[in-house]
Amino acid sequence: MTTTPTASAVTTATGKRRSSFWHDTFVIFRRQFRLAVRNPAWVIIGLLQPVLYLVLFGPLLEPLAGAIGAENAYTFFVPGLLVQLGIFGAFFAGFSLISEWRSGVVEAERVTPASRTALLVGRVLRDVVQLFVQGVVLIVLSFAFGLRASPGGLLLGLLIVVLLGVACASASNALALTTKSEDVMAPLINSIALPVLLLSGILLPISARSGAPDWLVTLSDFMPTKYIVNAVRDAFASDFTTANVLWGVLWTIGLTALAVWAGTRTFRRENS
Amino acid sequence: MNRRTDNGTLWPVAARWEDLVAIIEARALARTFTGRKGREKTEVVAVAGVDLSVDEGEIVGFLGPNGAGKTTTLRMLTTLLRPTSGTATVAGFDVARDPVEVRQRIGYVSQSGSTSPEARAGEEVVDHGLLYGISKAQAEARGRELFEQLDLDGLWERQPKAMSGGQRRRLDIAMGLVHDPSLVFLDEPTTGLDPQARANLWEHIADLRDKRGRTVFLTTHYLDEADALCDRILVIDQGMIVASNTPDALKREVSGDLIMLELVDPSRAGDAAERLKAAGSTEPEIDGASVQARVPGAGSVLAGLLRSLDSVGVELASIDVRRPTLDDVFLTVTGRSLREGA
Repeated sequence: MTTTPTASAVTTATGKRRSSFWHDTFVIFRRQFRLAVRNPAWVIIGLLQPVLYLVLFGPLLEPLAGAIGAENAYTFFVPGLLVQLGIFGAFFAGFSLISEWRSGVVEAERVTPASRTALLVGRVLRDVVQLFVQGVVLIVLSFAFGLRASPGGLLLGLLIVVLLGVACASASNALALTTKSEDVMAPLINSIALPVLLLSGILLPISARSGAPDWLVTLSDFMPTKYIVNAVRDAFASDFTTANVLWGVLWTIGLTALAVWAGTRTFRRENS
Repeated sequence: MNRRTDNGTLWPVAARWEDLVAIIEARALARTFTGRKGREKTEVVAVAGVDLSVDEGEIVGFLGPNGAGKTTTLRMLTTLLRPTSGTATVAGFDVARDPVEVRQRIGYVSQSGSTSPEARAGEEVVDHGLLYGISKAQAEARGRELFEQLDLDGLWERQPKAMSGGQRRRLDIAMGLVHDPSLVFLDEPTTGLDPQARANLWEHIADLRDKRGRTVFLTTHYLDEADALCDRILVIDQGMIVASNTPDALKREVSGDLIMLELVDPSRAGDAAERLKAAGSTEPEIDGASVQARVPGAGSVLAGLLRSLDSVGVELASIDVRRPTLDDVFLTVTGRSLREGA
């Protein structure tokens, strides 16, 4: 009974073009972007958070600038805020994927011939665009507060943050498709993000100069995001050739590659 | 009721034998899930080894209780799940070796929906078409045509969350058909719909084959649905296919028609049972004045039976013939009633 279907059996009437990675990524991105723009509440909330830090926490840092070894409190502080934005904003990106999974969208997309990496990258691009806009708004606003940095430094800093956003959004999407539950994911993200936030010296630097005990300094040395924050700080200060910048960039690239790989795997996996 | 006899158009059986083309062909398809129970690794056999063959232009129903392995089999055939062992060829390509080719050629309508509640219906359909690689113009034209055919006129801009259950399900079908696949998989298409919406959806599903010549493979745990829609039914139970045939043939070969006699005089029950057996029935059951037994086809037996009862002077208070239901079939092949499980 084994018969091979004739050509007419397998060719659809519309005739077709094999979809490609960039095409699929763009289709997914545009769909996600459209949905996000129609519901701007999250964009506004995401933007409000760093602005609140800038307005309500920034002034406290000004008198401390000398003690923590910074000439300009904002040149020191804003890179931390940017990294925080990149980590936190992107880490929560996965939540929308859980509801998409629940409404069957993920499965419907997985049954198309679209590239699995495109399913992830299209979504991550939406988060990156959002992060980029938030970052630019934050930087512009910071200039009003007294931030001073060279265009090259700002560009490099923003690039590192955006790349970090890619890593965190990919990880968040992978986590979302693995846990498939907001109730599991929320505490998980908080338990990851809080130590990361505290140990990376995002708000206050962790160093002997700032009076941190040795064990805390040692502990924070194991935190990749510490190097990333320091790299963005050095970039803002136009110190492009420091070890911080090198390590920060390497860590960012490494984390991004790892997270995109893990994220693609979850989209490829069968039980997603 | 069988749809084919229902609408009077007998599907061309002759043509079917001449250009017999299998669009789905599965051999010993199996899937085992490994999980953990405490520290021990456990293996759960979801599908034990399925052999099936579906021809072009058929509407085939995959019938079984929840947990029988229907959805797992369907997910393997649609490339969402890799088989642990065995092979399956769908639309001419192997599901494990060429999943992308298979995906390109099939439509899949899952139980869980396919659109975001917040999106616009039309945009979802067009985007879905784009992922199949068809052009935007094609996707839009095809989407609008499908909306018209599926009674979704005027809902192009509507958000799925503002649609009724039946409309949403039809939108899911439009999503699954936007690239004009020759084979469509429907997973429990009418679960959760009210009776009117179900009947309406059945018509649309039948149209897929009758008007568009598509092959339809659907899973269901509703007997009436399998009966009303399908040319052929595959009964799956505990991960194995236990029966496969047309609904009518299944009923005929598995159980036959039930003849129920009610006698005026209970003392003649033995004679009545004897006459029934002589007419080719199964061992009759006697309960007071009532005698019942199954025969392969009541229509050809009844006239002779009445004459023979009359000749020995057995007087009947009533006679009743009940055609077997798919539930009888299910009970016979699995030893359980489908209704209990559903």
